[in-house]
Amino acid sequence: MAEQSPLRAFWAAFRENRGAFAGFVVVLFIVLVAIGADFIAPHSPTEQFREAVRAAPMWAEGGSSRFVLGTDSLGRDMLSRLIHGARISLFIGLAVMGVSFIIGVALGLACVSFQGTLGNAVDVAITRLMDLIMAVPSLVLAILVVAVLGPSLTNTIIAVTVVYLPRYVRLVRASALTELGKDYVIAARVAGVGPWRLMFTTVLPNCLSPLIVQAALGVSDAILEAAALGFLGLGAQPPTAEWGTMLADAREFIRSNPWLVTLPGLAILVTVVSINLMGDGLRDALDPKMRRS
Amino acid sequence: MFEPASTRSAIRILSVPLALAAALAAAPAQAKTFVYCSEGSPENFTPALNTTGTSFDAARPVYDKLTQFTRGSTQVEPGLAESWTVSPDAKVFTFKLRKGVKFHSGVGGFRPTRDFDADDVLFSFERQWKADHPYAKISGGKYDYFADMGLKDDVLSIEKVDPLTVRITLKKPNVTMLANLAMDFASIHSAEYADSLSKQNKKEQFDQIPVGTGPFSFVAYQKDAVIRFKANPAYWGPASERALVDDLVYAITPDPTARYSKLKAGECHFVIAPRPADLPEMQKDATLQVINKPGLNIAYWAFNNQKPPFDKKEVRQAFSMAIDKAAIIRDVYLGAGQAAKNLIPPTLWSYNDTVKDYPFDAAKAKELLAKAGVKTPLEIDLWYMPVQRPYNPNAKRIAEMMQADLAKIGVNAKLVTYEWGEYRKRMQQGEHITGMLGWTGDNGDPDNFFFLHGCEAARPGGQNLSKWCNKEFDSRLEKARTLADVKERTKLYQEMQQIEKDDAPDFKIAHSVVYEVMRKEVGGYKQSPFGSHQFNGVDLK
Amino acid sequence: MLRYLLRRLALTIPTFFALMFVTFVAIRLVPGDPVEVRVGERGISAERLAMFRHELGLDQPVWKQFADYVGQLLHGDFGTSLATNQKVLVEFAALFPATIELSLAGMLFAVLLGIPAGTIAAARRGSIYDQTLMGLSVTGYSMPIFWWGLLLIMFVAERWGLTPVSGRIDLIKYYFEPVTGFMVVDAWLSGQAGAVKDALHHLVLPAVVLGTIPLAVIARMTRSAMLEVLNEDYVRTARAKGLPAWRVVGLHALRNALIPVVTIIGLQVGTLMAGAVLTETIFSWPGVGKWLIESIGRRDYPALQGGVMLISSIVIGVNLLVDLTYGLINPRIRHG
Repeated sequence: MAEQSPLRAFWAAFRENRGAFAGFVVVLFIVLVAIGADFIAPHSPTEQFREAVRAAPMWAEGGSSRFVLGTDSLGRDMLSRLIHGARISLFIGLAVMGVSFIIGVALGLACVSFQGTLGNAVDVAITRLMDLIMAVPSLVLAILVVAVLGPSLTNTIIAVTVVYLPRYVRLVRASALTELGKDYVIAARVAGVGPWRLMFTTVLPNCLSPLIVQAALGVSDAILEAAALGFLGLGAQPPTAEWGTMLADAREFIRSNPWLVTLPGLAILVTVVSINLMGDGLRDALDPKMRRS
Repeated sequence: MFEPASTRSAIRILSVPLALAAALAAAPAQAKTFVYCSEGSPENFTPALNTTGTSFDAARPVYDKLTQFTRGSTQVEPGLAESWTVSPDAKVFTFKLRKGVKFHSGVGGFRPTRDFDADDVLFSFERQWKADHPYAKISGGKYDYFADMGLKDDVLSIEKVDPLTVRITLKKPNVTMLANLAMDFASIHSAEYADSLSKQNKKEQFDQIPVGTGPFSFVAYQKDAVIRFKANPAYWGPASERALVDDLVYAITPDPTARYSKLKAGECHFVIAPRPADLPEMQKDATLQVINKPGLNIAYWAFNNQKPPFDKKEVRQAFSMAIDKAAIIRDVYLGAGQAAKNLIPPTLWSYNDTVKDYPFDAAKAKELLAKAGVKTPLEIDLWYMPVQRPYNPNAKRIAEMMQADLAKIGVNAKLVTYEWGEYRKRMQQGEHITGMLGWTGDNGDPDNFFFLHGCEAARPGGQNLSKWCNKEFDSRLEKARTLADVKERTKLYQEMQQIEKDDAPDFKIAHSVVYEVMRKEVGGYKQSPFGSHQFNGVDLK
Repeated sequence: MLRYLLRRLALTIPTFFALMFVTFVAIRLVPGDPVEVRVGERGISAERLAMFRHELGLDQPVWKQFADYVGQLLHGDFGTSLATNQKVLVEFAALFPATIELSLAGMLFAVLLGIPAGTIAAARRGSIYDQTLMGLSVTGYSMPIFWWGLLLIMFVAERWGLTPVSGRIDLIKYYFEPVTGFMVVDAWLSGQAGAVKDALHHLVLPAVVLGTIPLAVIARMTRSAMLEVLNEDYVRTARAKGLPAWRVVGLHALRNALIPVVTIIGLQVGTLMAGAVLTETIFSWPGVGKWLIESIGRRDYPALQGGVMLISSIVIGVNLLVDLTYGLINPRIRHG
């Protein structure tokens, strides 16, 4: 039997996992919706239809097909807002993941790159800083950062990035330390390979699998954290159609118009669950050693 | 944990046997407990140190004042002072104090040995007035209302004439002093309690465990959770104004939805600040009663009369016709607001109902603008508050709606906001071209609103945000302060309202309507135009 | 062992200092003046403003404010709240038991349900039970708990009337002085009939909401750990020897599987604190989470600084404890 390329092996393993595959399909759907938001959404997410304030969804009494999922307290179409919200949430998730990935890897590698006392000092400084960040409960820290910078979409991204940074740093540092102790690395060093080349060509690629899994799961965590900030009124500000912010607005109407509360929350839940399923599938497929089932 | 050590241990030692005794006595089954779901925690229990309605509500059951507002109205009636005389020049006020009024006994380990007298009045005011008073610096030492209502600057002396007579002399005539003394900051404390705590070196307890003469006495406060009071059997007031329930409980529930749920479940009997979206359901519910009153407040959009083009009357009038006020009341106040045409709300005496408001007419507005020589598109700024105020549930939304309306007459309004403290400061300096703010009345006197448009307040840093100075208006304002006759003052204030409408220094948005909801079994409650809440004279059927 | 302990302790000290510094700086950077923010429409005159700021020490140079702050901290004085003029430590101590009670209840819920569920899922790997559990678990830790709390209130408390809506105890029926600050304990101490049941009744919904994410994580972790262990040789040996399944699973396997699970439980403390903020807000539970949020709005610097310091210190402390427990359980470290 011919040897499958690693990529095909990975895909085969991934597909086998039904949950992960389902998650992947949903995520793909959400990504497509987010990309095509401008075309798919029936209305603009910020346009206020003053004559149709808090209209019911299509299936409830008083609903119409004009606003399939009803409208919010300012008469904005829920469906369009949810669709655009997907774009914003995914953007936040990816932005946080991207920035913390880059900075995290840089810092993690920096911990192990330098020799002697300088190296030691850098390592200690960075790990202490990460410990500090981890000591403060995530939401409290995020709230503090947003309180200092002011509530907005960008500052939400910054705040959540700061909170999740330690995970990447610790992961890279731990993996790098393990790799550095291995024979092939020592051999390469002896052979005269420079430290930077060593880092990027040998050490980093071997840390990659746990890092990728962490990144995937990090997207979902970031989305949840950003939604929590939005819910507390500290995230993206209205009229931005972020799901958490929509929930904050809708809280007022929890008794009178409950779908205003259920729908955005459901959107968050479905998105995060599917990303997590996909992430789990990634982890299982990437590294058989890490496979749990 | 939150009470001084000796009281805490005393309570601990006594609590178990007391609780057992209470349980055995089977009295709780008969005792009437009234639960008020309040919206926040008090800062402490001395109203002189506070400025928020929440803190005032929390302390009110235990205190009385020299004069008081009749429950449910803005009328001033005798309180701890059973009568008074005002000198003809309106500068000297002599109060005859009520005899035989008793302070609460057994609260905070204190047992009074004498009745209420002039020393208590002197203590209560001198603490706020004299910087060297032994209690002046306790608990922060900020007596905002004492200063704001003019007592710090305008009072010449407060003297004890005899144990039951106090005389207050002012530097300038000001008849509104009687109304000021009915406000919460003027609550009367026990000088004896203060002394006894001073001797035990426990001055901080004074503001945490309150002792007063009121219809209820303080039992306990569990931070952010519960305040408990019990009925004061020795209260001096008439039977209809006493505590008609045995225990009064404030359940601190910041979330309006949670308050509603608790009300429905019977876990509380009374809630304030219901969500407007929940009102229709509440009104249909047969187990609840919903009452409302226009608040003693006004939300307005000020034009800076010192900056062009708002120095021209026609321009201001044009802008007053460009905004759809009804839509704002409907969509932002959600019906919990009343369109405003005068500075004072309809519940205040001297309200002039004959004044006709500007109509909503975009075409006419455009016409007036052109006639005034204003070139469109015109760029202005529109300042809005970042926080919710009692008179304005969502300034940002109102600003957005106004922006849309202004675009239709060729005006581009840029929305601007700052942090609350910053915002207020800058507006008082007059940095805005147009900006929103409002006002909540303190003492039920029209002067308390109209001073906002006086010439004195138009200086930089003053509260006249329109920076409008009209001699006709201002001369009447000053005169009304010196007249003791209500009818004469009414006439002056009514004229002032017409002058104001004609000159249009600002656009008056709305007075908020305050809703309060309670269970059907609650009887005898009277809604206060001040938005304050008191539960003496309230019964559970 | 002792060396391990001392080393871990020593490592936390610089973290503390960094924490002090960072909270101080961060909070000073929050825009808004603590005096101004409390002033209403009337405004405040420049002289009065200056006077108050002077009394609060806000007009001192920043480095001096920091030095004073550190000095006070070393004496155990976490400052005085600007809103209530009470010592921050006193306020924190008054509110903290409520948060602990809630967190403990949440953790108990998560552990009591999570460990058995994960164990059974591991034992019946691949079955419909296992798959359902894994599905629920993923849903659990993907849950936005602020939404979950609102949903539960809407249905469980309001529509079905199964639990009270908010608060810690029925205020009409019960009144007793707080002795420990834990409502359940105090209710028991008061001896009043039905009080304990009522306190527990009020605790159920918030505990479920707060414990949902830890439950999902613990169930999952237990399952993974159990699966690893169940594949080990010594387990197969035990089974081959004919030991009953429950003994194999319950005694031998579980004990070894617990090592990573204990670590996870410890790590959930941070999650619980963060979750407490949201849960307390939704359920009007008078704890430190809600107090922190309100302090931010009020620009109550000392309360915010002290609160963050205290909470973080507790998290650090618990993590230290977890490390120690881990050291005790894990023979490799114990004898290392």
